[in-house]
Amino acid sequence: MKNKPKTLFDKVWDSHVVTRKKDYPDLLYIDAHLIHEVTTPQAFDGLRRRKIKVARPDRTWATADHNVPTKNQHLPIKELLSKIQVEKLTKNCQEFGIRLYGMGHPFQGIVHIIGPELGITKPGMTIVCGDSHTSTHGAFGAVAFGIGTSEVEQVLASQCILQNKPKTMNIEVNGKLGKGVVSKDIILYIISKISTGGGTGYFVEYTGSTIKNLSMEARMTICNMSIEMGARGGLIAPDETTYQYMKGRPFAPKEKNWDSALRNWQTLPTDKGAKYDKRVAFDASDIEPMVTYGTNPGMGIKISQHIPTEDNFQMESQRSSFRKAVNYMNIKPGKKIQDQKVDYVFLGSCTNSRIEDLRMVAHIVKGRKKADDVEVFVVPGSRQVETQARKEGIDKILKDSGFELRGPGCSACLGMNEDKIPSGKYCISTSNRNFEGRQGPGARTFLASPLTAAASALTGRITDPRELL
Amino acid sequence: MENIDTDQIIPARFLKAVTREGFDQHLFRDWRFDSNNKPRKDFVLNDKTFKGKILVTRRNFGIGSSREHAAWALKDYGFDAVVSSFFADIFKTNALINQLLPVTVSPDFLKKLFAEIKKNPQTIVNIDIPNQIIEIKNANIKEKFPLDPYRKMCLIKGYDDINYLLNQKFDIIKFEKQRKNDFSI
Ligand code: SF4
Repeated sequence: MKNKPKTLFDKVWDSHVVTRKKDYPDLLYIDAHLIHEVTTPQAFDGLRRRKIKVARPDRTWATADHNVPTKNQHLPIKELLSKIQVEKLTKNCQEFGIRLYGMGHPFQGIVHIIGPELGITKPGMTIVCGDSHTSTHGAFGAVAFGIGTSEVEQVLASQCILQNKPKTMNIEVNGKLGKGVVSKDIILYIISKISTGGGTGYFVEYTGSTIKNLSMEARMTICNMSIEMGARGGLIAPDETTYQYMKGRPFAPKEKNWDSALRNWQTLPTDKGAKYDKRVAFDASDIEPMVTYGTNPGMGIKISQHIPTEDNFQMESQRSSFRKAVNYMNIKPGKKIQDQKVDYVFLGSCTNSRIEDLRMVAHIVKGRKKADDVEVFVVPGSRQVETQARKEGIDKILKDSGFELRGPGCSACLGMNEDKIPSGKYCISTSNRNFEGRQGPGARTFLASPLTAAASALTGRITDPRELL
Repeated sequence: MENIDTDQIIPARFLKAVTREGFDQHLFRDWRFDSNNKPRKDFVLNDKTFKGKILVTRRNFGIGSSREHAAWALKDYGFDAVVSSFFADIFKTNALINQLLPVTVSPDFLKKLFAEIKKNPQTIVNIDIPNQIIEIKNANIKEKFPLDPYRKMCLIKGYDDINYLLNQKFDIIKFEKQRKNDFSI
């Protein structure tokens, strides 16, 4: 009998099921577990309490990213609680025999940047991390998703996790992207259409010619924000672009192993005729540079559009959320979003801090000057990205324009380390969340692409990057 | 409110603790307190008439960050259940693991529930886990809610995932041995 056609997601998931029993979640084997300082201390305590070891330290990688300052990284962390949390990670890694790319290590960086960069992330794998943006790794055709601390403990203890199999959704994007429209715009566009809950319960596979033509960096940006529509994860079938990117990376298979791995990876893409539980399609030509105006990532509009008004929403509950958002952001419904004043610009985060993102920024600011009344943070995702940027002279281009390239970390993405946006100030940011207070108490966030954010840094206002390209 | 995210439930700057305790102080921190740490009068948790063990909230609760601290904070604060018409996935799992019961009800039931509570803040809401029923006896409304069978068993019998997993060790090792095409390490 011929096998039933399967989706990429089903193939990867099913091949990792250790046991499947009625009325129980699947017992799913995890190939790689990435950990960081914030969501693990309580999990390690749990192991100590039970007197058990980490099952597979060789499948576990650690880095410090959320708490690290992005200036003077050679000095001890100033903030005491941050310092304790990072030290705790170091101690736990020593005690349990886990390799750690901590501060000062040449491989240190945001967990979702270093996984792919080091070749840890590979097609067909299951990957988890106590962080919702683990979905980033799906760009390689891996099933990757974020988990809570108790689940981190499960994986440390057994290298497995109890998990109900999500449903599958296919999001197809076809056509050519317009000038100045990049992958961040694609995903903000999709979320604005699907809403922050539209993907809940699903794992999304992105397909279509537009996606196929994207670089790995751009694909990661899309998968990264899958969680912002509620999806457990997102993934993209591996292809030549994927293999080119991976070849020669430290943890990528070598020589003979590479050839057998490749043969296996080539069997992963979704079979013809395989069924998804839900399908949606978009046309790339309808996408423009996107900006969010409100306090969740679904509140995005095209940069040429006006901020909606209450009349655009049907239900009273939506209207009240809209009122609360507009009130928090202190913006006028119905007004143009362009030319809105910004005080800060954040170029970084696991969404947009790869070398390609910095190249985009350099491209647009080269030979131009930063506006006087904005402060700009340019934060590479990892030490390796930073080194590469310096090698390419990006730091100089930035400096000539009045920007500064900082050290790697999560930085102003989440208002946890030293980099915060002050209360009431406006920040245009390449990160992934614009929730109230996300970038610091009272901070107001507009999410956008690196091109749009960089263009806005030059003018001090939300600016359409197409005017500068 | 719809779409309440975990950054509101517990802001990132309070995630620095290395133990599980004390997150209740920071639950909904920036909605409960103003920038001078004074309680905000207009926030419902600061209104004593609405005290209780069940949090009732609008759809799409718990979106955003995977921080389990959100569930810890709610549980620490004294909540045993959260009722909404829709929950974000990771939050739901985190809550269940911590014996905080997410009760998904129909939008219509939620509307009635809000109305009853508004009419009478002392309304008693019963949640029957074995039968998966949520009920307001006085108003004569009830509804069955979904609950994953495995999680239900854990809640009722107090089972622990990790013990369960450790008991599967034999199967896990067998799986590791039989595995083909593993190029992950
Ligand atoms: S950059 Fe932001 S979203 Fe990404 S891992 Fe760090 S804090 Fe989380």
